[in-house]
Amino acid sequence: MAAVSGLVRRPLREVSGLLKRRFHWTARAALQVTVRDAINQGMDEELERDEKVFLLGEEVAQYDGAYKVSRGLWKKYGDKRIIDTPISEMGFAGIAVGAAMAGLRPICEFMTFNFSMQAIDQVINSAAKTYYMSGGLQSVPIVFRGPNGASAGVAAQHSQCFAAWYGHCPGLKVVSPWNSEDAKGLIKSAIRDNNPVVVLENELMYGVPFEFPPEAQSKDFLIPIGKAKIERQGTHITVVSHSRPVGHCLEAAAVLSKEGVECEVINMRTIRPMDMETIEASVMKTNHLVTVEGGWPQFGVGAEICARIMEGPAFNFLDAPAVRVTGADVPMPYAKILEDNSIPQVKDIIFAIKKTLNI
Amino acid sequence: MRKMLAAVSRVLSGASQKSRHGFAMLPSLVSISRLKQSSHLGLPKCWDYSHSLKTRQASRVLVASRNFANDATFEIKKCDLHRLEEGPPVTTVLTREDGLKYYRMMQTVRRMELKADQLYKQKIIRGFCHLCDGQEACCVGLEAGINPTDHLITAYRAHGFTFTRGLSVREILAELTGRKGGCAKGKGGSMHMYAKNFYGGNGIVGAQVPLGAGIALACKYNGKDEVCLTLYGDGAANQGQIFEAYNMAALWKLPCIFICENNRYGMGTSVERAAASTDYYKRGDFIPGLRVDGMDILCVREATRFAAAYCRSGKGPILMELQTYRYHGHSMSDPGVSYRTREEIQEVRSKSDPIMLLKDRMVNSNLASVEELKEIDVEVRKEIEDAAQFATADPEPPLEELGYHIYSSDPPFEVRGANQWIKFKSVS
Repeated sequence: MAAVSGLVRRPLREVSGLLKRRFHWTARAALQVTVRDAINQGMDEELERDEKVFLLGEEVAQYDGAYKVSRGLWKKYGDKRIIDTPISEMGFAGIAVGAAMAGLRPICEFMTFNFSMQAIDQVINSAAKTYYMSGGLQSVPIVFRGPNGASAGVAAQHSQCFAAWYGHCPGLKVVSPWNSEDAKGLIKSAIRDNNPVVVLENELMYGVPFEFPPEAQSKDFLIPIGKAKIERQGTHITVVSHSRPVGHCLEAAAVLSKEGVECEVINMRTIRPMDMETIEASVMKTNHLVTVEGGWPQFGVGAEICARIMEGPAFNFLDAPAVRVTGADVPMPYAKILEDNSIPQVKDIIFAIKKTLNI
Repeated sequence: MRKMLAAVSRVLSGASQKSRHGFAMLPSLVSISRLKQSSHLGLPKCWDYSHSLKTRQASRVLVASRNFANDATFEIKKCDLHRLEEGPPVTTVLTREDGLKYYRMMQTVRRMELKADQLYKQKIIRGFCHLCDGQEACCVGLEAGINPTDHLITAYRAHGFTFTRGLSVREILAELTGRKGGCAKGKGGSMHMYAKNFYGGNGIVGAQVPLGAGIALACKYNGKDEVCLTLYGDGAANQGQIFEAYNMAALWKLPCIFICENNRYGMGTSVERAAASTDYYKRGDFIPGLRVDGMDILCVREATRFAAAYCRSGKGPILMELQTYRYHGHSMSDPGVSYRTREEIQEVRSKSDPIMLLKDRMVNSNLASVEELKEIDVEVRKEIEDAAQFATADPEPPLEELGYHIYSSDPPFEVRGANQWIKFKSVS
């Protein structure tokens, strides 16, 4: 029965997130949803729920989204709610922030976060700092979303990871989903949050399907911002990551499991505010720590985790120095062999884990 | 009754240097009832000006029994037009009530800015302090042309607008001195003051313009016939993001009035040295524009009414250039004479001062008397003095609140201080 319904559901799912095509069985089975469709669903549900929510960005409407993430939304909601902008990042990011100040709930899409650098002043100075500067008078309920970090063969100007840059700033919330469940739950929480939230998606993950648990199919499925998830329980070492590298960590953990090493893999889900409690509790259990991220090493997410571990109770439980696995400290090269070696691969993670465990 | 009359003549003889015979006469019936209302001729200490022009009562001042005109018609300068067939009218009617309101408001802004200058020199205000004395006709005139339900955003020379948009001088000065009674609880300072439908106070030159276009988008989205006044200076007018905002505002027909407050200098750079085209009202290209005499409050008011009507009719954005002048330098750290001459400043002061222009008009058309306006000056001075007292005496915000207001609507959490052992609680 489940197989038949799966056969029927999957093609419909892949067409769009719009049709009300949930079959009402007494028990909902898990189904496969790509990260792209999960984000689409999340936005669709929030657009439906609150008429103040709207989406703006380049190609989000008639093109269905540069990466098809907003497919079908313009057809359903029209020009007022799904707005195509000219190529004016600083301008339209500022317009989005102004609309948020005036009480609307915009979702501002950057085609990639590399282009958000054009608009970073509006994100930081106009959005992030305003609630504080106004003494609590002016809130800015805005979401900035888009693909972040390395893609495939897009070279240096289109491959930067902004987790550390945005994670640096008080007043912002920064989330980084890995799988479909993350993507849907976090985008919905971000839209409902009354603060500026940066959602760092990943282009290479958009097409990857994941099992969608029953609770994720609810229209009120939210993942709390600021809470990490332990994707895999383990005892020998804590491996902390965010976004696409979480998948690599799980692969590494699977390989190491065969050798008798059990890794506890933590999916951060949120960069800011960082869930140190979960990380610390895990390190206090396993006594070893490896952080994995796609961004550059200097002043990165891993650097912050290591610094905080030293400041907290978990330091005394470490049996070895904490280790970081990161992108190479170079602008992203184009040639495949160079690009492959500029981002953390599974073998790099395994090597780092073994070094830390001294095996 | 005798006591009241004695008090009356005391005030009048003190208030006016050229007293006229009329003042020895008995005050009119209207004035007596006003006397009965207040126990002394001065105003109650905490008279609050924080409601809009339209609701403000102007005539609490004792007047002699001569009759004033109810209103007068004035000719105002014709505006230069860009892509517009017609402009604002060249005559306007000013009522006595409105005239007194505008005078009081402009005088309040003037004295407030001068008080800020004084406090800054005494080092009671620190950091940035950008004063707008000379530009009073802009903030008061714009407010006179719109409704309180309309929206306004400007850059860092914002104290005047903060007042005209409804905050009290107390809250403004206390924010400048960084005290907890400040409108942003001391967290923002000079450039970050907010009020209802007033979005600051913005420190990054030009960034407020896309924000204003976004507020206009919200106005259109909500369908409530509101407009957004989006101000920037002649220096900011060369920012790229402003042209991005022009494009989108015109494309989407946003009800945005772009207003360039051209005071001839962007910090120390005169307009001729900064802009290839100093016709700022034409810089919107496809957006219609008008160039307005920003020293004449009636001209500003009429132009604003015209521009607001244009936007409200759904035709899209419009651009106004207000030609104005600032007496102070760019900020308190700029004496303001290295890039312009003292003679120039003096000439504007003597020929085009906005308060003087309004005063002359009102007195010459019998809308008010010199003495009456001087009486308003006295009251304003007192109000500013009281506000400055408060701003100096109020305590700084408590250290415990350093971490407050990071996030909105969130449960409390901890914020790191200068080292890992210093923690501040953060409350929304």
